[in-house]
Amino acid sequence: MAKITYIEHDGTEHVVDVKNGLTVMEGAVKNNIPGIDADCGGACACATCHVYVDEAWRDKTGSTSAMEDSMLDFAENVEPNSRLSCQIKVTDELDGLVVRMPESQH
Amino acid sequence: MSQSDAHVVILGAGHAGGTAAALLRQYGHTGPITLIGEEAIPPYQRPPLSKAWLKGEADADSLALKPLEFYAEQHIDFRPNVRAEKLARSDKTVSLSDGSSLSYDVLIIATGMRPIRLPIEGADLEGVLTLRSAADAEAIKAALGPGKRLAIVGGGYIGLEVAASARALGADAVVIEREPRILARSACEPLSNFFRDYHLARGVEFVLGAGVAGFVGEAGHVVGVRLADGRVIDCDVVLLGVGATPNDEIAREAGLECARGVVVDLEARTADPSVFAIGDVTHRPMPHYGRMFGPESVPSALEQAKQAASAITGRAAPTPEVPWNWSDQYDLKLQIAGLPFDADRVLLRGDPASGKFAVFHLKGDQVQSVEAINSPPEFMMGKQLIANRKAVDPVKLADPSVSMKEVAA
Repeated sequence: MAKITYIEHDGTEHVVDVKNGLTVMEGAVKNNIPGIDADCGGACACATCHVYVDEAWRDKTGSTSAMEDSMLDFAENVEPNSRLSCQIKVTDELDGLVVRMPESQH
Repeated sequence: MSQSDAHVVILGAGHAGGTAAALLRQYGHTGPITLIGEEAIPPYQRPPLSKAWLKGEADADSLALKPLEFYAEQHIDFRPNVRAEKLARSDKTVSLSDGSSLSYDVLIIATGMRPIRLPIEGADLEGVLTLRSAADAEAIKAALGPGKRLAIVGGGYIGLEVAASARALGADAVVIEREPRILARSACEPLSNFFRDYHLARGVEFVLGAGVAGFVGEAGHVVGVRLADGRVIDCDVVLLGVGATPNDEIAREAGLECARGVVVDLEARTADPSVFAIGDVTHRPMPHYGRMFGPESVPSALEQAKQAASAITGRAAPTPEVPWNWSDQYDLKLQIAGLPFDADRVLLRGDPASGKFAVFHLKGDQVQSVEAINSPPEFMMGKQLIANRKAVDPVKLADPSVSMKEVAA
């Protein structure tokens, strides 16, 4: 279980508990948090679950796969701390994680 | 038009209906929402049914769009195991299969499609299955396993995804297709051939250009597929993957215009201002292509859920989308952006033998659609090129040594 803070582009914060094994994307979608669309449901096919990982958490959220890198390379408003949240699995290690959302996923 | 205290009734608790209910709350709708579902479980993702679910890599919780308690928390009256039977638009009521009726201020028809069952001999034998629901997927999963032989009638994406999953489970799979090539309706020839070869190399058999005349049974259970030329293909179980038909009867009988599905506008609204329709059941305008179509895809259902929820809550309409879809088979990821309407030229980028390539469909010097295999840059940039209507240099586009960023520059 990890407490995750999702911050919408307008600054609205949502703090929820997310079970281990789910992804950071699923934590948002299952709690109806706006700003993460996840059109493909986690297949790494659409880049509509783009988030910015808080600097303090970049190491703990792991590295990106070639597929994720390649999708992110062509997404909008990408920063060095951009990730596809469907590719980050939740563990106890991520308790306290903070992610921010881009202005738009499309 | 904002109608925040209106009672919204959603017929159909699939991907479209479930998403519309959640978005209405997200967009600030405060009035009652009733979500009518024919199945026993709340809305879930169907795409994994032919893939992760069959292979035992997904469970009911992971498929659910939202946890069950979400509906109570959000004051969404989710009613499982019931279907709408009749729509009376004059007094804005819907009669349900449990004998009750519901009054609505706004109605969203999201009844989806059902798989076509061929009206041929033996089609009602045990073991002749279709795939649409989680219960269907469970039946297929139970019938597969090492040593079992699955005959798939129809070489479309669902059939091919199930063939790949069957092989992963140690079952044999044979695909029977009426056309001389698989994916004849949905993909261009280089892509069809690529998928055929990829499946062949992984032990899937193909019988192409073969009509199916009926199914052979023993003791009420299917044991073979009888082809039009008399041959019989032995099997333990059959998956019928020959397309689907919209569940639009309720709209048709209520006098709403239907083509291949319920006709809606860019707000997902029918000609009746109180009635919307979203998802696979619709025949909808496609921005960028200037025509009506039924894309039969999750992204299209999500888009229309946004359109309807936006219109109902008085929010600005979403940016017109580029239609897209995807398919996962083995280690292949196919991503399709756009629709190949009016294309006058097909252009291959990359070598199919490398397992990484894309097929672009151009109209003049504009990209109409792209089919990308293990090639996210081609998909992502292709999608942007379609949205921007930007002219491209076909010579650069066909040359994989020129990056997609440079092609689009």
